[in-house]
Amino acid sequence: MNIIIKNGHIIDPANKIDGKFDILASDGKIAKLGKPGSLSAGGAQVIDASGKLVVPGLIDMHVHLREPGFEYKETIATGTAAARAGGFTSVCCMPNTNPVNDNRSVTEFILSQARDAAARVYPIGAITKGSKGEELAEMSELREAGCLAVSDDGKPVMNAAIMRRALEYSKIFDMLIVSHCEDSSLSGKGVMNEGVVSTELGLRGIPYAAEDVMVARDLSLSELTGGRLHIAHVSTAGSVRLIRDAKARGVRVTAETCPHYFTLTEEAVRGYNTMAKMNPPLRTANDVAEIKQGLRDGTIDVIATDHAPHAMDEKSGEFDYAPFGIVGLETALALSLRLAGEDVLSIAEVIRKLSINPASVLKLNKGALSVGADADITVIDPDAEWTVNASQFKSKSKNTPFNSCKLKGRAAQTIVGGKV
Amino acid sequence: MALKEKALILDKNGIDRALTRIAHEVLEKNKGARDIVLVGIQRGGVHLAKRLAVKIKEIEGAEPPLGSLDITMYRDDLATRKSQPVPQATDITFDLKDKIMVLVDDVIFTGRTIRAALNSVMDYGRPLRIQLAVLVDRGHRELPIRPDYVGKNLPTSIKEKVEVMLSEGGGEEKVVILGE
Amino acid sequence: MSSLQSKDLLGIKGMTADEIKLILDTAATFRDVSERDIKKVPALRGRTVINLFYEASTRTRTSFELAGKRLSADVINISTSTSSVVKGETLLDTARNIEAMKCDMIIVRHSCSGAPEFLSKRLKSSVINAGDGFHEHPTQALLDMFTIREKLGRLEGLTVAIVGDIAHSRVARSNIYGLTTMGAKVRVCGPPTMMPPGIERMGAEVHYNMDKAVEGADVVMMLRLQLERQAAGLFPGVREYAKLYGLNPARVGRAANHALVMHPGPMNRGVEISSEVADGTPVILDQVTNGVAVRMAVMFLLSGGSKAEA
Repeated sequence: MNIIIKNGHIIDPANKIDGKFDILASDGKIAKLGKPGSLSAGGAQVIDASGKLVVPGLIDMHVHLREPGFEYKETIATGTAAARAGGFTSVCCMPNTNPVNDNRSVTEFILSQARDAAARVYPIGAITKGSKGEELAEMSELREAGCLAVSDDGKPVMNAAIMRRALEYSKIFDMLIVSHCEDSSLSGKGVMNEGVVSTELGLRGIPYAAEDVMVARDLSLSELTGGRLHIAHVSTAGSVRLIRDAKARGVRVTAETCPHYFTLTEEAVRGYNTMAKMNPPLRTANDVAEIKQGLRDGTIDVIATDHAPHAMDEKSGEFDYAPFGIVGLETALALSLRLAGEDVLSIAEVIRKLSINPASVLKLNKGALSVGADADITVIDPDAEWTVNASQFKSKSKNTPFNSCKLKGRAAQTIVGGKV
Repeated sequence: MALKEKALILDKNGIDRALTRIAHEVLEKNKGARDIVLVGIQRGGVHLAKRLAVKIKEIEGAEPPLGSLDITMYRDDLATRKSQPVPQATDITFDLKDKIMVLVDDVIFTGRTIRAALNSVMDYGRPLRIQLAVLVDRGHRELPIRPDYVGKNLPTSIKEKVEVMLSEGGGEEKVVILGE
Repeated sequence: MSSLQSKDLLGIKGMTADEIKLILDTAATFRDVSERDIKKVPALRGRTVINLFYEASTRTRTSFELAGKRLSADVINISTSTSSVVKGETLLDTARNIEAMKCDMIIVRHSCSGAPEFLSKRLKSSVINAGDGFHEHPTQALLDMFTIREKLGRLEGLTVAIVGDIAHSRVARSNIYGLTTMGAKVRVCGPPTMMPPGIERMGAEVHYNMDKAVEGADVVMMLRLQLERQAAGLFPGVREYAKLYGLNPARVGRAANHALVMHPGPMNRGVEISSEVADGTPVILDQVTNGVAVRMAVMFLLSGGSKAEA
C-alpha cells in the first residue's frame, strides 16, 4: 500500500525540513521525500496537500483514556478516535484507571484494547502501588509490559522520601518519572486558583505555591538522585522560573504545559463554569505570560493536552462537586497554532513541541519524517476556520471550555502507520 | 398614545362644594359624628379624607379619627403584572371595633380597589359598618359595589381616564376627563 | 423604580443602589404587617414557595417560611435530611422535580457557592439565594442594611467595621457589596489567616488590628466564628481569638457613641462577642424581626407575573 502526499509544505523540525516536498509512504513506513511532482508509485493513493502543512504525526504524552474502569467517560476506542480527529497519531495514557495501571496485567489489557485503535497508545504506569504514594510499583515489570514512563498523575506523591526512591530506582532503566506537582496540604479542598476571583465567587482556592513548592522539591530530588524528571501540566509562573533555573544547572528535567494554561485564566471560572475546573487550576494573566515565555525560551519542552474526559452528569451541578479536568485532544492543535499567530513560537516550534520533543522525552522513536520511520503523518489545514461544537467530538465526553469558540487550523488527514 | 384633556368636570369650587355636601350627608345619615372614623385609600383618597375630616369638624365641632389604607397587597392583579406596585403606608392607629368607617377614594371605576380595601380593613379590625365616599363615580363597575356618597356621577367611555388633581399634589385643582 | 431587573435574587453584587433602596423601602411597609394582629396579606395567594435547604439553618429557614406565609403563599420546606438528597439525586434533578410540581419560587441554601446561580439558569421559577457557600447571603445583607438605616437614618457616609472570619463569610461579602453600593465605607478585620486574597478589590479596607478597625465606626458587625476553623490551623485558640478579635465593652467604647453592634447569629458568647455587649444591644433581635420584613419584600418584588416567561 503506497501513499503519496503531494504539494504540501513539510515541516519536520527534527530533520530541519521546512519547505515544499512530496512524500511517499510504503507499507506503513516513510519511503522517500522529493521535490514536488518527482515521486510516483504504482497504485498509490494520492493526497493533494496544496496549501497544507505536512508534519510528523502529533504526539500527546498526557491523556486519560479512562479504560479500564471508567468506560462511561471514555474508552480506548473513543479516546484514540478523538486523538486522530485532533491530528494526534500517538498518545500516552495515564494510569489512574480502575484498577490503577500499576502492574503488568493492566498494561497488557490496555495494549490489547489498543491493538485496533485509531491511534497508537503508549501506557504510563503508576509510580506507587494503587497510586497511593506509599510503596513503589514494580517498575521493571511495567516497563517490560510496555510502559514508557511512570506517574501517579492526578495525585501528587506527597511523601518526599518515596519520590526520592522512585527517582533513584528509575535510574536502573533510565525510566522517566512524570510528576503531578501539587502539595495537597496547600491545595486542600481548593477548586480553583486562589486569588481575587476565588474570593469573589466564594470558592476555595488553590494557591500557586501548592504547585511551586512541589516543583522545587522534585527538582531538588532529581538533582540529588540524577533521576529523569518530567513536570506535567505546568500552570504557574513560579514553576516556569524554577524549571528554567534547574535546566540551567543541568538538572535532568523536562516540562510540559497544556493549551488551556496558555489560553485561559481564572476569569473563565466566573459563572461557576465547571468546564473551567481543572487541576492544576487556570491561573492569572501573569502566569499565562510566563508560560508563553517558557515555551519561547525552551523551558517548556512539550505541549500536552491532559485530556480528561468526564460525563456531562458529573460536570453539571455544584462547582465544588464537579470533577477536575477537560477534554483537549480535538482542540489542542488549533489552540497551539494560536501561539504562532501571536508570535510566541514559529509554526515549526509549535510542531516541535507536539512531535519530536515529546518523542525525545519518552525516548520514543517517533516525531520525525525520517526515511524508514513509521509513516505517522499529520496533514494540517492551517487556514481552516471552524467553530468548536462539542457535540461533534469523537470523544465520548464533551467537557470543554472552548465550545462555540472560533478557531483556526485543524488536522485535515491523520495518517497512522501509512493508513489514512 | 398620549391622552389629552377633553373636558373639565369640576373646578376648585366644584370640588369644595361636593365635599361639603358629602360631609353633610355623612353626618345626616349617621346622625352626627359620634362613632365615625375616616380612612382614605392611598393615594388619591388620603387628601380627600383629610378635607372631609376638617369639614366635619367645622360642622360638628369634633374632628373624627383619620387614617390611611394601602391596598397594594390585596390587589387581584398581582400575579399578572410585569412589575409590582410600590406599597404605601397604612396608618390606622385607632380601634375599629363598633365604629362606622367611611372609606374615602377619589374615583370609583371597576370597584376592584374597593374590594381590596374591604379585605384589607378586615385584617385590621371589625368595624360596625363600612360606608364609601367618592368624589367621582365614573361607572363601569365589574363588582357589585355601590358608593354611599358621590360627589359627581360622570358617564364615561371605558377608554377615557378621569383624573382628580388636588392642590396637595402641587398644581391646579380640578377634575378632568382625558381621552385620545 | 418599581421592579427588580432579574427574576432571581442571587447576590448583592451587580445590584444598583436604586434596586437596594426599592427593597428596603418596600420592606418598611411589610414591617408594619408583622406588627398587626393579623400578620398576613394576600399578595402571594395561590403561589407556591419551596424552601430548598441543603444546609441546616433553623433561623433563616423559619424567617423565609414566615415571610412566605405572611404573604399567603404556600410554603413547603425541603431539607437534606428528609429529601431524596440522601439517595444521591443530583441538584438539578431535585430542582426539576420540584418545579414539575408547579412552584413559583425556590429559596435555596447550599454549602456550595454558586448552587443557586446554577439552578437559576435552568429553572423558570424565581430563585432566591438563602446563603451559598462562602459566596453571598443577600437577604442577610439587606436586613442588615435595613436595620442600620432604621436606627441611624441613613447608609451613605457611614463607617461599618465587619470583624471575624471574612474568608469563610458570605455575610461579609454581601454586606461589602451592598454597603459600598449605598455609599458606606467598609472596614474588614480579622486574622490574616481568615482574610481572603483580593478582598480590598471589592472595596473594603483591610485591618488586622481590631482596635483600629472599630475606631469611630458607626456600626460594628461581628461574624460568627466557626470553632472547627481552629483544627484547620486558622487560629491557635479561642482565648487568643477572643483577646484579639472579640468585641468587649472597651472596644465598643472606641466606636462612635451611637454605634450599633450587630451579629447575624447564632452568637458564640465569650468568643467573638462578650455577654455584656451581646445583652446590651437589642439591635441583634431587631435584625431578626427585620429579616422577615426584608424577605417579604424580596419575595413580593420578585413575584411579578410575566417575569418568569420573559
